[in-house]
Amino acid sequence: MIDWFHPGLIYILGSALIPFFRGTLKKVYLLFIPALAFINLLLISKGVFLSEGKTWSLSFLGYDLVLGRIDPLSTVFAYVFVIASFCMMLFALHVKEDGQHIVAYLYVGSALGVVFSGDLLTLFFFWEIMAWSALFLIWYRKTKASFGAGLRYILVHFFGGACLLGGIFLHVQTTGSIAFETFQWGVGLNWTNLSSYLILLAFIINAAVPPLHAWLSDAYPEATVTGAVFLTAFTTKSAIYVLLRGFPGVELLIWLGAIMAVYGVVFAVLENDIRRLLAYHIISQVGYMVCGVGMGVVGTPAGEMAFNGAVAHAFSHILYKALLFMGAGAVLEVTGKSKLTELGGIYKYMPITFHLYMVGAYSISGFPLFNGFVSKTMVVQASAMWHLPIIWLMLEGASIGTFLHTGLKLPWGVWFAKGEPACKAKEPPWNMLVAMGITAFFCTLIGVYPKILYDMLPYPVHYEPYAPAHLVAMSQLLLFTFVAFWLLRKRLHGEPTITLDTDWFYRKAGERIIWFCEKPLMTFANFVDRFVLNAARALIWFSKNPAAAFEIKKKEMLLAGKRRLAKSVSTDVCEQALEEEKRKYPGELPGLTLGASIILILFSFLLYLALYLFAIP
Amino acid sequence: MTGFVEHLPILTIVIPLFSAFTILVAGWFNKKSCIFIFWLTLTAQFIMSFIILRRVLIHGPIHYWLGGWKPPWGIELVVDSLNAYILIILLFLSLACAIYSKSNIEHELPGKRVSFYTLFQLLIAGLCGVTLTGDIFNMFVFIEIFSISAYALIAARGKIALKASFTYLILGSIGTCFFILGIGCLYSVTGSLNIHDLSLLLPPFYGNKVVKAAFVFFIVGLSIKMALFPFHTWLPDAHAFAPAEISAMLSGIMIEISTYAFIRVSFSVFTLEFLKLLPVFDILCWVAVAAILMGSVMAITQVNLKRMLAYSSVANMGYIMLAVGISLSAVESPWGGLNPALMHIANHALMKGCLFLAAGAFIYKANLWHITEFRGLARKMPYTCAAFVLAAISMIGIPPSAGFVSKLYIILASIEIKNYFFVAVLLISSLLNLVYFWRVIETMYMKHEEGGHSSHGSHGMREEIPLGMLIPILLLSSLCIVMGIVWLGKIPIPILDQVNLMFGLGKVP
Repeated sequence: MIDWFHPGLIYILGSALIPFFRGTLKKVYLLFIPALAFINLLLISKGVFLSEGKTWSLSFLGYDLVLGRIDPLSTVFAYVFVIASFCMMLFALHVKEDGQHIVAYLYVGSALGVVFSGDLLTLFFFWEIMAWSALFLIWYRKTKASFGAGLRYILVHFFGGACLLGGIFLHVQTTGSIAFETFQWGVGLNWTNLSSYLILLAFIINAAVPPLHAWLSDAYPEATVTGAVFLTAFTTKSAIYVLLRGFPGVELLIWLGAIMAVYGVVFAVLENDIRRLLAYHIISQVGYMVCGVGMGVVGTPAGEMAFNGAVAHAFSHILYKALLFMGAGAVLEVTGKSKLTELGGIYKYMPITFHLYMVGAYSISGFPLFNGFVSKTMVVQASAMWHLPIIWLMLEGASIGTFLHTGLKLPWGVWFAKGEPACKAKEPPWNMLVAMGITAFFCTLIGVYPKILYDMLPYPVHYEPYAPAHLVAMSQLLLFTFVAFWLLRKRLHGEPTITLDTDWFYRKAGERIIWFCEKPLMTFANFVDRFVLNAARALIWFSKNPAAAFEIKKKEMLLAGKRRLAKSVSTDVCEQALEEEKRKYPGELPGLTLGASIILILFSFLLYLALYLFAIP
Repeated sequence: MTGFVEHLPILTIVIPLFSAFTILVAGWFNKKSCIFIFWLTLTAQFIMSFIILRRVLIHGPIHYWLGGWKPPWGIELVVDSLNAYILIILLFLSLACAIYSKSNIEHELPGKRVSFYTLFQLLIAGLCGVTLTGDIFNMFVFIEIFSISAYALIAARGKIALKASFTYLILGSIGTCFFILGIGCLYSVTGSLNIHDLSLLLPPFYGNKVVKAAFVFFIVGLSIKMALFPFHTWLPDAHAFAPAEISAMLSGIMIEISTYAFIRVSFSVFTLEFLKLLPVFDILCWVAVAAILMGSVMAITQVNLKRMLAYSSVANMGYIMLAVGISLSAVESPWGGLNPALMHIANHALMKGCLFLAAGAFIYKANLWHITEFRGLARKMPYTCAAFVLAAISMIGIPPSAGFVSKLYIILASIEIKNYFFVAVLLISSLLNLVYFWRVIETMYMKHEEGGHSSHGSHGMREEIPLGMLIPILLLSSLCIVMGIVWLGKIPIPILDQVNLMFGLGKVP
């Protein structure tokens, strides 16, 4: 009897069967997988399979691999992953390529594997599958740009994976345990700290913390329409999950998070591509969560508030960011355009898409009654409880920027600017609209009944989002932002530019490295190759018949010496003889005759005898 | 039941001895019956060897007195964990070769089947005798029995094989001569021939020059028999021109049995004290290193596949003797004492057995002797080639193959005694192994047949050898990998630990 079935395995094994279904049945099957996983999760949280706090483990190489660690933290992440994957698959249902569905479900399944992993080896295993399946979601766009972006994406994640593996090895070496628990954090160079640093580095690469964020804004906009929707949710949020597990309350993360929140917004200002703009907002929003992780010192009220806030915000973020990417994706799908400068005035054709998109925009900006409000304010509140005024200001400021761009500039630029429609458009297919509708429903549901979300969080919530002070403050902020935008709307439309970000460094550095590899390194390698090959060839030639080879070499040298001294006829004769000898080479091997062998034996015998009897006292 | 088990050691020698004559007689009436008698005998022996091992592991050594005579006067058979272990390897490889030989001998020596199997059976009887005996003169007798059978078997193909056999006959006889001279020296000093008795009588005479000279006789004589460099000159031709299964036996187990005899003489007749008195094993190490390098380099220069494998055997005897040489100083658990040497004896039997049988398969099917003729062979004989590659992988020492584990343990032991030169030699020889095996694999898999061959219809067709030959090859090659995992799992290590304990090697508890 199986105690428990891993929800991630439902996805991973389920994805293998996708090619066997056709037509409507396939669509039903695709939606059936997340539904099954959801039922599984419900049963888990009802304690049918395993009671909370228990694990599902497996023995491997003398280590206990914990594949299933059920506690409130992993369950809440699993819930949102499963719900989001259902909506996303609905959104992607019209896609004909099986491969895209398979990698998408591998991606979701591995993210669930990361969430439930209770030990570092399992974590690493799923971590790598996640990186690889995401790569294919990018590559399925099949454009040159997506190919390049995917390559850069996987290189960065290779680096991250290597850091993680190195960190894990060091960790196992120093502690002797592979359990995935809170890592020791300290300043100073020793092996324990080094392992923590390496693991943290791997985690924050996946969380896209600047300056290691460039892979995200580089790769996500190049992914397929539906692939990008999947990508928004899992890599960064599973990184938040592992940070919450491994590094809660690390002060460094507060600052990194706050900087991230502002950084993403600032770069979004300059962005013209709508999906890239939204990608920068992922960075910004993940910044709130990273900040929450940093403040999440377990055991204090403010810390627990921050911890809850990070979890809640991840939950909300997955939903509304998926919604926003669905909206942008729908526009791209219908019009084939994703530049603000090329779009505008299509409200006439796509009103439903617009309204559903705006639900996401309200959520991300933190409008009351939408889920962003109930989660983001928790992190902001936590920063106030910790008395960190600068952090508080940065987070509030970032939320203004967020509204300005995703809530005002982007919809204005896409649906209204220019008065006349910039291009032909129509509403996207029904499944996209339904998927957006369901996601929007969840966004508002949690916004209106935050208790649903709060009850799932790992720590009890003592926070009332709809306190008048919060409402007034938020409304003021948003109102003034709107007024400012309206006044400046002519100045804020996108410019057809390419934003220079930190990815410039590795793009350029990459070119240099490739040049270096192709030119000087290659020349050197060729030289070494040729040298070694020649040496080996000479050695083999020589070893074929050492006696004759010696003879030939000796004659060659003699000949060279003779020629130096005087040119005479006799050298030509010698030369001919030598050529003949070379041609015949290797010729007959001079084997050891029987007599010679016997003499050798007797000689060695005498040697041994002399050694044993006389040389040694 | 225990009473019956006590008799098994003598049965393992006597049954094949009688079976050899039965084959000869039965062959007069029905030639086909030979092979079945042969198989039956070997299977029975193989099963008995397992029972013996089990008995030895549980109840300790078996002492069997022939004719009920007490040891110093009568001949004694002694089976401890060392010879029980060697016996299983010996009989397993013999069985594999026996299965293989049915089709091969029908093809190669159709007229000489009866005498071939008689001699083969005598060879195995002799090898079993050397392994099981507890009397040093008896050991000499059995060495002569298996050597003489081997001379005849090598010559079986006629022509150039006769010359190879003659060389071996002369040098091998010198080797056994030295061995009996050594025995004579010891007998003149102690008046005893029983191994255990000698080990008790000898210690007071360790300073005696005659005893020292006896050891020199043993070391030189057995070095010739085990083809340790520089006494390897008989080996390449003998191994190259013998029938495939005999090559496999010669290379896979016969020279290892001589190594076993050397281990027995060094540790059981002489004891650890004597070996520590003289720097015998230190010199041995350096000779072994020379053998490793020389054998590998010579193997690279060969174009005849079987000669190449023969030189590779010279190098591998170097590995085993190096491991024996450092067994005195290395003590750490998995690689201490004789462990790596005994491991490599088993592994080499599997690998070389498989390689020689595969080489024989190429000769059987297409009369291919030279490496250059192997173009596109992988397409015609995919299974044989795959088996060859597996065994070659093991020879090179790629994890998790068997060869990898024993090489690794020899390297770890060398590191333990802090001799980094040996480590370097072992690593270089791995590289050389790669060079000469890769050449074969490359020709088989990468190079295609020249255009001329495609005209005759068989091109691209599978031309696998008969199943009876294929099964032993595949069995041995898969064991090359499986044994690697078994070694890594340290399953047979307790047997080897018993051996170390018996000789006082390894970590003193």
